[in-house]
Amino acid sequence: MHLRQRSDIRASEITPEAVYRQRRNVIKMLGLGAAGLVAGCGSENAPSAAAEAPAAEPKALSVTRKGEYTLTDPPTSYKDATHYNNFYEFGTDKGDPARNSGRFRPTPWSVEIAGHAEVTGKYTLEDLLRPHALEERIYRHRCVEGWSMVIPWNGISLADLLKRFKPTAQAKYVAFTTVNRPSEMPGLRDAVLDWPYREGLRIDEAMHPLAFLATGLYGRELPNQNGAPLRLIVPWKYGFKGIKSIVKIEFVEVMPRTTWNIAAPREYGFYSNVNPDVDHPRWSQRTERRIAGDGLNLFGNRIGTRPFNGYADQVAGLYAGMDLRKYF
Amino acid sequence: MFKDRIAASKPAFFLLCLAPLAMLVWDTLRNDLGTDPVAQLEHRSGLWALRLLLATLAITPLRRVSGWHKAMRYRRMLGLFAFFYASLHLLIYLFVDLGGYWADVFAQIAKKPYITVGFTAWLLLIPLAVTSTQKMMRRLGRRWGQLHKFVYATALLGLLHFLWLVKADKREPLFYFAVFAALMLWRLPQVRINRPGKRPSPPRHTSAAQTQSD
Repeated sequence: MHLRQRSDIRASEITPEAVYRQRRNVIKMLGLGAAGLVAGCGSENAPSAAAEAPAAEPKALSVTRKGEYTLTDPPTSYKDATHYNNFYEFGTDKGDPARNSGRFRPTPWSVEIAGHAEVTGKYTLEDLLRPHALEERIYRHRCVEGWSMVIPWNGISLADLLKRFKPTAQAKYVAFTTVNRPSEMPGLRDAVLDWPYREGLRIDEAMHPLAFLATGLYGRELPNQNGAPLRLIVPWKYGFKGIKSIVKIEFVEVMPRTTWNIAAPREYGFYSNVNPDVDHPRWSQRTERRIAGDGLNLFGNRIGTRPFNGYADQVAGLYAGMDLRKYF
Repeated sequence: MFKDRIAASKPAFFLLCLAPLAMLVWDTLRNDLGTDPVAQLEHRSGLWALRLLLATLAITPLRRVSGWHKAMRYRRMLGLFAFFYASLHLLIYLFVDLGGYWADVFAQIAKKPYITVGFTAWLLLIPLAVTSTQKMMRRLGRRWGQLHKFVYATALLGLLHFLWLVKADKREPLFYFAVFAALMLWRLPQVRINRPGKRPSPPRHTSAAQTQSD
């Protein structure tokens, strides 16, 4: 898969974050900088990072860098990526998830794998992740509301994980469910959406190399507000497809119902591919406001939105022959 | 220097109405507008336009309920500041948010209901602001009151603008809708009660033209 030109890489542009540099130094110090290292979600691997970071900072991850999934776009700061979140289970204001997720317990965690697959059952997160090397992918993140970020995620290929369970021919779709813990997620008390949050992908979308399961960002474990401990990233779709705090993955034959589609079927389709030519019924999707860099950026943030969020070369083939206005 | 206490309080009231702008400028200079500063500037300027517009609609109920008829004399300033914040809101949208992306502006005004109603609300405020002077009140006479009934439409359109841009959690715009509804409902029996001629006499220091506009 050809994801971007070699000449596009400018490492200096993608790592301005102090936290991020720190993580990379830790990896270098531990002699893990080179490619090919297999590591679990091993926080104990990086004690020095934990010591350097403020107490409240999430633990550092050991990540195998993969150069082929990167971008030249300046990244969003760690602070912005972790303090401007749509995670309605913790409240509908974008500051609510960071404010209200302190009581959420992402460990221990288990995920149920169910449906049309040869292997199913309930697995601890450690067991799920053990065979995989954590990698980094810098992806564009486009919210359906019209803003976007550039975030270095850490995690594993969704396809690599799904294949281990040997989905059968009846597995036409994959359905995901978020945890439902009203005592730890105050937003669940309000019937803003039909809880628990559910999302879904067609099986070929789920098996696409770009589809990703994140356990961290900026080289650290996911903070609660970003969907700890396991969340989906589908960079060519609007952000709400990236379901957070996943407890169930089910292979199903019929297109699953998804939360935002239930809430407003005219506004949010099952596919929800980023598409500047198909407006949200209430607002335009032609452009987006990019949240990136440090300091105050008042001007020049607006940029054109690209088909499939700039990943058309990789994913447009999944939708060949489909009327994207109808299947929005 | 001032003819009475209301007149003397007006400079302070003027500064009070500027306080939201001062806060916006302060937060901008301190880079304290959060992750999406442009959205914050838009949200807060729009919210103050709406709040001040609702405040103008609250003056008449306040007068009648409290008997403090001089409250009327703050109404013009409130209305003009509502127009000021609405204009600021529009300017931030056009020049800070959209930046160079103006090609779509007219298409959006025509096609996107929340922008259509927001822009219409601002347009309707222009004749009200232009005719807010004593001179225009006298010149327009009875028609001044009729013209200024547009304020109800403006408030409604502003509320719709807010409601339609919210993705799912409509509680905040609905709160302002409730305030508007309460102010409108209060007027209903008033209309009936006042018909036989029981309308309170115009308060002192207030021109007859002003009382026609409630």
